[in-house]
Amino acid sequence: MSRTLLAIRGLETHFPVAQGVVKALDGIDLELRESEMLCVVGESGSGKSAAARSILQILDRPGRVVGGQILLYRYEGDSEVPSETIDLARLDRSSREIQAVRRRDISMIFQEPMSSLSLAHTCGDQIVEAVRLRHADMSKRDAWARAVDLLKQMQLPDPALTAGQYPFQLSGGMRQRVMIAMALASEPRILIADEPTTALDVTTQAEILALLGRLQRSLGLGVIFITHDMGVVANIADRVAVMRRGKVVETGDLASIFDSPQHDYTRMLLASVQRLEQPSDLKVPATAAVPPPSGVVEPLLQVRELSKTFLTRTSLFGGSRQTLKAVDGVSFDVLPGENVGIVGESGSGKSTMARCLVGLYPASSGSMLYRKSDGKSVELVGSTRKGDDPLLREIRMIFQDPFSALNPRMTVGQIVGEPLLLGRVARGRELKERVAELLQLVGLEPKMMERYPHAFSGGQRQRIVIARAISLNPRLIVADEATSALDVSLRAQMLDLMLQLQQRLQLSYVFITHDISNIRYFCDRVVVMHQGKVVESGTVAQILDAPSMPYTQRLIASVPRPYTSKAPPLSH
Amino acid sequence: MTDIKTIDTAPSTAGFETPLRLMMRKLARHRLAQISGIVLLLLYSIALFADFLAPQDPNAYVGRFTYAPPQQLHLFDFSDGFKLAPFVYDYKVTVDPEALKRSFEINTEKKIPIQLFVPSEPYLLFGLIPLQHRFVGAADRKAPFYLLGADRLGRDMLSRLIHGARISLSIGLSGVLLSLVIGVVVGGLSGYLGGRTDMVIQRIIEFIWSLPQIPLWLGLAAAMPRDWTSLQAYLVITIILALLGWTELARVVRGKVLALKSEDFVAAARLDGAGEMRIILRHIVPSFMSHIIAVATLAIPSMILAETTLSYLGLGLQAPIVSWGVLLRESQNIRTIASAPWLLAPGFAVILTVLALNFFGDGLRDAADPYS
Amino acid sequence: MIGYVVRRLLSMVLTFWAMTFVAFLIMELPPGDFATTRVSEVSAAGAKIDPAMVSRLREMYHLDAPLLERYLVWFGGVLRGDFGYSLAFNTPVNQLVASQLPNTLLVEGLTLLFMYAVAIPIGIYSAVRKYSIGDYLASVIGFVGVAVPSFLLALLLMWVAYSNFGTVLGGLQSQEFAGAALSLAKVGDIAAHLWAPVLVGGAAGMASLIRVTRANLLDELDKPYVTTARAKGLTEFRLLLKYPVRMAMSPLVSSIGWLLPSLISSSTVVAIVLNMPTLGPLLLNGLLVQDMYLAGGVLVVMAVLTLMGTLISDVLLFWLDPRVRMGVL
Repeated sequence: MSRTLLAIRGLETHFPVAQGVVKALDGIDLELRESEMLCVVGESGSGKSAAARSILQILDRPGRVVGGQILLYRYEGDSEVPSETIDLARLDRSSREIQAVRRRDISMIFQEPMSSLSLAHTCGDQIVEAVRLRHADMSKRDAWARAVDLLKQMQLPDPALTAGQYPFQLSGGMRQRVMIAMALASEPRILIADEPTTALDVTTQAEILALLGRLQRSLGLGVIFITHDMGVVANIADRVAVMRRGKVVETGDLASIFDSPQHDYTRMLLASVQRLEQPSDLKVPATAAVPPPSGVVEPLLQVRELSKTFLTRTSLFGGSRQTLKAVDGVSFDVLPGENVGIVGESGSGKSTMARCLVGLYPASSGSMLYRKSDGKSVELVGSTRKGDDPLLREIRMIFQDPFSALNPRMTVGQIVGEPLLLGRVARGRELKERVAELLQLVGLEPKMMERYPHAFSGGQRQRIVIARAISLNPRLIVADEATSALDVSLRAQMLDLMLQLQQRLQLSYVFITHDISNIRYFCDRVVVMHQGKVVESGTVAQILDAPSMPYTQRLIASVPRPYTSKAPPLSH
Repeated sequence: MTDIKTIDTAPSTAGFETPLRLMMRKLARHRLAQISGIVLLLLYSIALFADFLAPQDPNAYVGRFTYAPPQQLHLFDFSDGFKLAPFVYDYKVTVDPEALKRSFEINTEKKIPIQLFVPSEPYLLFGLIPLQHRFVGAADRKAPFYLLGADRLGRDMLSRLIHGARISLSIGLSGVLLSLVIGVVVGGLSGYLGGRTDMVIQRIIEFIWSLPQIPLWLGLAAAMPRDWTSLQAYLVITIILALLGWTELARVVRGKVLALKSEDFVAAARLDGAGEMRIILRHIVPSFMSHIIAVATLAIPSMILAETTLSYLGLGLQAPIVSWGVLLRESQNIRTIASAPWLLAPGFAVILTVLALNFFGDGLRDAADPYS
Repeated sequence: MIGYVVRRLLSMVLTFWAMTFVAFLIMELPPGDFATTRVSEVSAAGAKIDPAMVSRLREMYHLDAPLLERYLVWFGGVLRGDFGYSLAFNTPVNQLVASQLPNTLLVEGLTLLFMYAVAIPIGIYSAVRKYSIGDYLASVIGFVGVAVPSFLLALLLMWVAYSNFGTVLGGLQSQEFAGAALSLAKVGDIAAHLWAPVLVGGAAGMASLIRVTRANLLDELDKPYVTTARAKGLTEFRLLLKYPVRMAMSPLVSSIGWLLPSLISSSTVVAIVLNMPTLGPLLLNGLLVQDMYLAGGVLVVMAVLTLMGTLISDVLLFWLDPRVRMGVL
């Protein structure tokens, strides 16, 4: 029976705002034991981050802990009885006592290592500082040696070199390792990790999770791991606490939470994530449509050897030109009525390629053959699509960020009507009617036309973006990370909407994403990109269940699946 | 960042308010900005109706009353019981024959009644409308009425101050307007076109910015021939001020345009089929206009300060034009100031105007910004 | 790294050249030229004009040559240290400038130090104790400092000093020390005279520095790396200085680049009002009598001073910010 390190009882954290008070934490209970990985999981607004920050009293102002207890237990040697109990909730945020706790008992790592580390100090300096805060009388040289040793434990290739470098010289994964080293430098019993892998690529995430797991086991740390990703939870947790709107709705060990969830919300959360692991009910197999007499389906879009090179650093005198080959010889097909997923990590070039497809960037070389509604094929590379070019109507785009994709100074009606107006399809009354129709198609009330975007939530805005995209009856929609900015529970809804529209309007989608879990639900075929090139392509089953290329294998293996056993339950 | 659940139950505006109205509401909450706005409105109205509001002709000099001290305005007459009858006391003037100096004492025996809408010599309001009355003045036109004292030629400081407002305040506005036009065009082009054009324009802006402004203004102003008419001088000063002041606005515009260019809704507009013109006019410009207006408002004070300084040094506007800077030129000698401190009144008018403009502009900027 | 230095030097040279061109254009603006003005002056005094002298003047200064040639002749002189000849004072311009330069450097330098030494701590305090009385006071000072024209502030100070103490503020030294050898008493005397121009000249710049420091620091205080440092267990004071203040310093240091021209600018006026023996009044006097060689020379020297300032700020930035050192910024 391992000892309890931290006991949170009835914790309340409030944020006073202009209109009143926001109750970020409304009385939560949590317990953390030695050598235990406790995952606190919830969507945005659940209060999970506030919980993490309340413990160390580092809430952003004006947040404050207003009630409850945060009991920290200190132990001498192997004694079962705590030698000291401190209620952290009672401590003032800038008091000596809490600073002492931060220096020796509890360490924390954060989400964005680029902005969470100081850019003006070397990695070594920052770790040394943590070491010397714990051991005040250690010499600078010894502290530096300790820092390098810690970095070695993080499995960095050249620890001494890294110690002398600045954070901006390192990659995201390396920065996070530096941050972990810094946290462990104070030899804590408890580690709080606030979404440490959310900003990392999937493959890097897998490495960091493995590292954290090993360290936890070898050092006997109690870890509170905050995340929104149920897959990560399934991968690493010993115990799970589910949070919603400032309350903990359910706690339990991993198996009970995943196999027999008690609370409705937990069930809903698991369901919406696990649902995405199967193809959607709404999916009609692409070839179920009437096969053409020749038996061969002509592709809607044929991309061959597409490349896009950027020039960076144009100096005034034409010196030092650097080129960046974002897209390097990409080829794939899109058949009518099918959804092709383009999957890749950051830097893979998928976003650039999406913009080339749509015509926002002119491609540098290669070919994109598009078959129009009248059957004729047209070469998209080299043509500029402007003004009332009919191609603009047929190939449309859905953007990632619903907040920057809508002009805040135009009404919803004006935004959705803009392509109709510019394409000279409708005017005046007719335009309004058409806009009303479109809004209804995406599940919004037509009277919302008069409102401005700031009145709508993220999910609603994304629907407006979709309404704008389908306004001209397109045949191909390029969705650039269309669901990445949404909460998991909304994602399935959005994807269902897109599938419904596909059936009604006879669309095809090119679905760009870095999140592989959507692919199985939505797509028919998958193209895997890495550093501008296509690594592998094939059907969803081929790529996700039996990848052949090493990069793809590593990528698929890194994706945390939201199941406690390795194999997902057989499909319904 | 701590995730706080934003309060998004039934937004009070229900999303029907245009961004402009949202901004106005935000501005109304900023108390200091509101007060400053009212003060500015008052100041500019006074400047507009200067001919009417000034008690006397600003250039009318009266030898008898050189450096007369200010007369206190009494609103109630207690001699005959309680009457609302504004008046000032007359002076008792004694001349020291040796030093040839005049000294003034308040003569409590003689009262000079003050009225509203007094008849005066005919003049043209705005240079167009012939009028024969002034807003306030002594019933007896010959009696001395110096609420802010008189200058070295016996001219009424208050009237000169009011007329000076007209020039000083309008130069600020016209200078900024010109700067705005140049700044928006240059900054907009720089931000929108990017690449080499942007780089060249940036270097030019940096260069202009690294020049010491006042010495350059002095140099430019000194080159102006002395015999030009008031209007020509006014225009040239405006141009000089704008020539060095547009860079700040251009920088801000460029920054905004650069940020907006990469917004998704601009890309979406392009995909909707919008031409470059439409994108600029319908999507980009409206998004930064309110912020630019705020920055422009904040630029007016430096124009006013510049004109005041130039004129004070003798290189800006000259007599017979009346601006606050020209008025301050009279107070160069420290002994004169010590004996007639009311000569510094235009300085306080400048300070008041600049403070009001700064508070108001700050409020505008706060209201315009965090929205989009 | 070398690339950075080379690029900086190159841009400085270019800027210097452009500045001399601007100065020259200003010199050329007034109608007429050196010789005609001299002639009209002399004849107004009733003396007789010697045509030979006039034509000698024309030749010496290439007054009949086209604009570009005149510029090149003058520019060549500038590079050699010869700024031409001052009409008004009948002395070579470089002598006049040289006599005022040390005083100018003294006053400007002290004012710059004063501004930063006072503004930065106040700005930091303001940001950390946002909305406190101290912050409120600091922003009031900030607003008023920017609103009061520097010459007016100088006048007000002089008025107060005269009415209440009977002293006349201004000048750099009292009569008895003029020309005397450097002694402690002399230094004390100069110091007693310096506080007025330093205070007034620095007021406006200091006010805007306070606001800039406060704004920059406020930005930094909200950033994640500050939270990380706090989570490590640093005391608030140490963490404040080591992290956000350090990061906020970078833009402050580059602010020297635009602050210095503005400082030279406002101290010109202050020096005129307070009768300081520096470059400002020299420039004004030259301009008032349209002595354009004098004006041009002073403008060039002022331009060089600002370039020096930019150089200092670039060097400091390089030393301070590792991103600049590594060429990332």
